[in-house]
Amino acid sequence: MIRQRIPLITELPLVIWLVIVWGALWQDFSPGNLLFGAIIAYVVANVFYLPPVELSGRFNVLWAVPFTVRFLFKLVTASAEVFWLGLSKGPRLRNAVVAVQLRSSSDFLVTATGHALSLIPGSLVLEVDRSTSTLYLHCLNINSDDDADTIRRDVRATEAWLIRILGTKEDLALLRAEDRFAREREARS
Amino acid sequence: MIVENSQSVLDVVVAVLLISGALMSLAAGVGLVRFPDLLSRMHAATKPQVLGLLLFLLALAVEFRSWALIPVLLVCWIFQLLTSPVSAHMVGRAGYRTRHMRRDLLTIDELDDVVEKAARQRKDDRRKKGAQPDPG
Repeated sequence: MIRQRIPLITELPLVIWLVIVWGALWQDFSPGNLLFGAIIAYVVANVFYLPPVELSGRFNVLWAVPFTVRFLFKLVTASAEVFWLGLSKGPRLRNAVVAVQLRSSSDFLVTATGHALSLIPGSLVLEVDRSTSTLYLHCLNINSDDDADTIRRDVRATEAWLIRILGTKEDLALLRAEDRFAREREARS
Repeated sequence: MIVENSQSVLDVVVAVLLISGALMSLAAGVGLVRFPDLLSRMHAATKPQVLGLLLFLLALAVEFRSWALIPVLLVCWIFQLLTSPVSAHMVGRAGYRTRHMRRDLLTIDELDDVVEKAARQRKDDRRKKGAQPDPG
């Protein structure tokens, strides 16, 4: 098997993450321990080879903080909602499989969006069409097309947040153009 | 006196966090019993735990108040954030493909439309090939 050499800079986020896990597990962040962890992390990353994750090279903290707050808020409300659905509707629950096409074609961003959606109760990624970056979501309590539209809007909003935080420059440009277009249309009407 | 007071306030906070976390487990149990098919049960079984575990870890952090513990708790939650959607997706996907679900409970199924279309396309292609026997 021919291995593709991974440059150190692409490997760096993984190694840093492994060092943090190492330090956390030992509950010891002293330099000696971290150095030893770094050596182990480097060896592990090279011996147990995985295809590199292609990051976009961007991370916007200013958007990440409100996104985290929004995520936690939705987590709490949606968990309570699923609990309530279980109690009130139970067996009479009606669901739907909704297709949502995302803007980005980056694997990383599609995965991140799918994860964020799956973590919030009420939606579950059933299938991913990688060629068109379409997510097929199973959603609880969908009774009409309007409900499905709400889900679609919500998914695209989540994706927009993630693009702003860690999307590629091209996706960001696309998003900005879309925003401008929407604003212009609003101004005209 | 102040120390004692703040201690009891913290104890109340810990108790509330633990009980709310346990409530999320109850939510999962209620969902498992009450929801009608595999896919809707998946929602109840995997999702409220994300919040439930967060509340438990917060309770631990408040109770022990040690800086060394916080990274472990954080790593613990992050690993759950990373793994629980994957397992939910794999079970959901397998359930959909092997038809371990009740289609009559779906109001919309846009994946089925796509699958049908692809199946029809393949049948048409095969028929075309059959109609024109290759000259060789």
